[in-house]
Amino acid sequence: MRDVAVVSFAQLPNTRSQDTRNEVEMLMPVISEAIEGSGIPRKEIGFTVSGSCDYLVGAPFSFVTGLDAVGAWPPIQESHVEMDGAWALYEAWVRLQHGDVDSALVYSFGKSSLGPLRDILVLQLDPYCAAPLWPDSVSVAALQARAWLESGHDESEMADVAARSRRDAKTNPMAQLSGDGDPGTLLKEPYLVSPLRRHDCPPLSDGAAAVILAAGDLARQVSERPAWIRGLDHRIEAHGLGVRELTTSPSTALAGRKAGAADVDVAELHAPFTHQELILREALGLGPQVTVNPSGGALAANAMMVAGLTRIGEAASRIMDGSAGRTLGHATSGPCLQQNLVCVMEAG
Amino acid sequence: MAQTCAVVGIGQTKYSATRGDVSMPGLLREAATRALEDAGSGWADIDAVVIGKAPDMFEGVMMPELSLADALGAVGKPMMRVHTAGSVGGSTALVAASLVQAGIHRRVLTVAYEKQSESDAMWALSRPLPFAPPTLAGAGGYFAPLIRAYIRRSNAPDHVGILVGVKDRENALRNPYAHLHLEDISFEKVAESPMLWDPIRYLETCPSSDGACAMVLTDEAGGNASPTPPAWIHGTAMRSEPTMFAGRDAVNPRAGRDCVADLYGQAGITEPRRQIDMAEIYVPFSWYEPMWMENLGFAPDGEGWKMTDDGSTSFQGDLPINPSGGVLSSNPIGASGMIRFAEAALQVRGQAGEHQVDGARLALGHAYGGGSQFFAMWLVGAAKP
Repeated sequence: MRDVAVVSFAQLPNTRSQDTRNEVEMLMPVISEAIEGSGIPRKEIGFTVSGSCDYLVGAPFSFVTGLDAVGAWPPIQESHVEMDGAWALYEAWVRLQHGDVDSALVYSFGKSSLGPLRDILVLQLDPYCAAPLWPDSVSVAALQARAWLESGHDESEMADVAARSRRDAKTNPMAQLSGDGDPGTLLKEPYLVSPLRRHDCPPLSDGAAAVILAAGDLARQVSERPAWIRGLDHRIEAHGLGVRELTTSPSTALAGRKAGAADVDVAELHAPFTHQELILREALGLGPQVTVNPSGGALAANAMMVAGLTRIGEAASRIMDGSAGRTLGHATSGPCLQQNLVCVMEAG
Repeated sequence: MAQTCAVVGIGQTKYSATRGDVSMPGLLREAATRALEDAGSGWADIDAVVIGKAPDMFEGVMMPELSLADALGAVGKPMMRVHTAGSVGGSTALVAASLVQAGIHRRVLTVAYEKQSESDAMWALSRPLPFAPPTLAGAGGYFAPLIRAYIRRSNAPDHVGILVGVKDRENALRNPYAHLHLEDISFEKVAESPMLWDPIRYLETCPSSDGACAMVLTDEAGGNASPTPPAWIHGTAMRSEPTMFAGRDAVNPRAGRDCVADLYGQAGITEPRRQIDMAEIYVPFSWYEPMWMENLGFAPDGEGWKMTDDGSTSFQGDLPINPSGGVLSSNPIGASGMIRFAEAALQVRGQAGEHQVDGARLALGHAYGGGSQFFAMWLVGAAKP
């Protein structure tokens, strides 16, 4: 395998709504910041790939207009996954292994504000049996949370995650939600969908993010401390909620094993719901010594299709800023942690 | 450096207006099962799955890879979903190939599909984007002005589009998987069909199809061990350019020219018309055959129509184009690009049956999408590169 590193990361501040700003207007500042931060001239970026989802906009081909933000002239080598940008980063990493391309721009965007997200996400479910029943995304997560609690856990563990995430988000200027609520107070809040309270659920966010990858000598040349990707893997599980064990995440465990997810200092986990962070920690074998989601994670900002790529960007940033030596970025897709990606990065 | 990659399994469904007998997972599984059988593989031999389709809105299922994971044997494996507009079938194959070429996986299953009968693609294609100028005219409305510009520029005679409509439908009669089997196709019949988007007539337009196409891709050792002749990949390329840019030539797009130049460079092609034996290219409206002949370097600018007119692109011609019947005869949109790639591979494997081109050793698979702005291509050969 060729050495490939994250050398630059930029994101839009997460907000409840970007109002009338379209994809191009959201992406242009982020893409420019990531490219300028990498020191690689825009015209020399070898490959471009993005992640987004048409259903957030409610119109097909939303990535096509997004491409206009890249300045794709003369024509570029470019691709798109209808998935979280973390999978776009995976495609870029694969492409960089060929040897003829040394750098890549990865970007993603999502406007959750354009429609009723809880209902829109129902359309992810099996269209013949599950979707016609319209179980919304929070209710589906609540089923998982209930199963997890009944496997021997306590709601106070969930409240601890919420309180810590909001507290950590106070130092992240890109976060949407932050605060000092203590777990005891949080547990007195009413249920949104039992057993989930509002703070157990992610905010609805609009956002965009961009990452620059560089290989070998180019990475060393443009970055003093690149975040070298030491392992990158993703796995999917069965779709039906009745045919999988919702209290564990075997696909995360397998992807983590393949990516070498041991001995990390920091882990940025894409856990939109509090109980999911705890399931993921266990699947990855993260002990109490690992700092989890210092950015506040998806409980502080959860732009669809962006939050996973942001986790990798945040984990890479901890290496690039010198505060960690080995980190992990994780992304999830689908209902109840169906599909998971793990990216392990290292300094030096 | 990129590893050698080969196509060792191909599976297609019978394309038709409505496959009411199968669900979407059933449709994909049918193509995937046939590709695995062709490759002499089982589900357990597959390391990763890459799927592609056109926009989710075409069927109303968001991120369908999630609910398709079980049917494609992907549980416990990596699975990805590519979406690059009309070129998606080609791009999906290229992403799958890159997993082998990068040395990450040894055997990858790739599937592309569309089940248009569970949808209304014309509606989905006409949805306005917020804050963007709406076209509201479907694909034909978008491409008709570009075709008129081509005719004006090249002085092509009016009947060229009709010839393509007849040729591809005649070719489809040799392909059991083709959607349209128009036994009584004729020049008059195409010429007299209703004008939809001037100058595009009804019978110069692709149908709306259900269908899936699958391939098994493997590394050099896997290609060597294949029980049937593999198609070896000699080159892969993709290029994109913006939609909104006054400097672009949408009739003969630079992204297509750059893409094919990259491809020919990888494979050492200096005289494409002589060195390449046949091509499956993306022709959703008849006039795109002569237009792409120029874009792909088979004909000088302004002279692509002459290849159609003198029969060079016919089944018996010196450069047969779309012997399968092409997109004009079967158009499960998301799969259409992959079908071009798979048909090119079938030809160099000598397995195209009734529509086999004699002596096809090197073949081009081509796909395009968006406003003629996304391109994906591969060159496959009977011999190892």
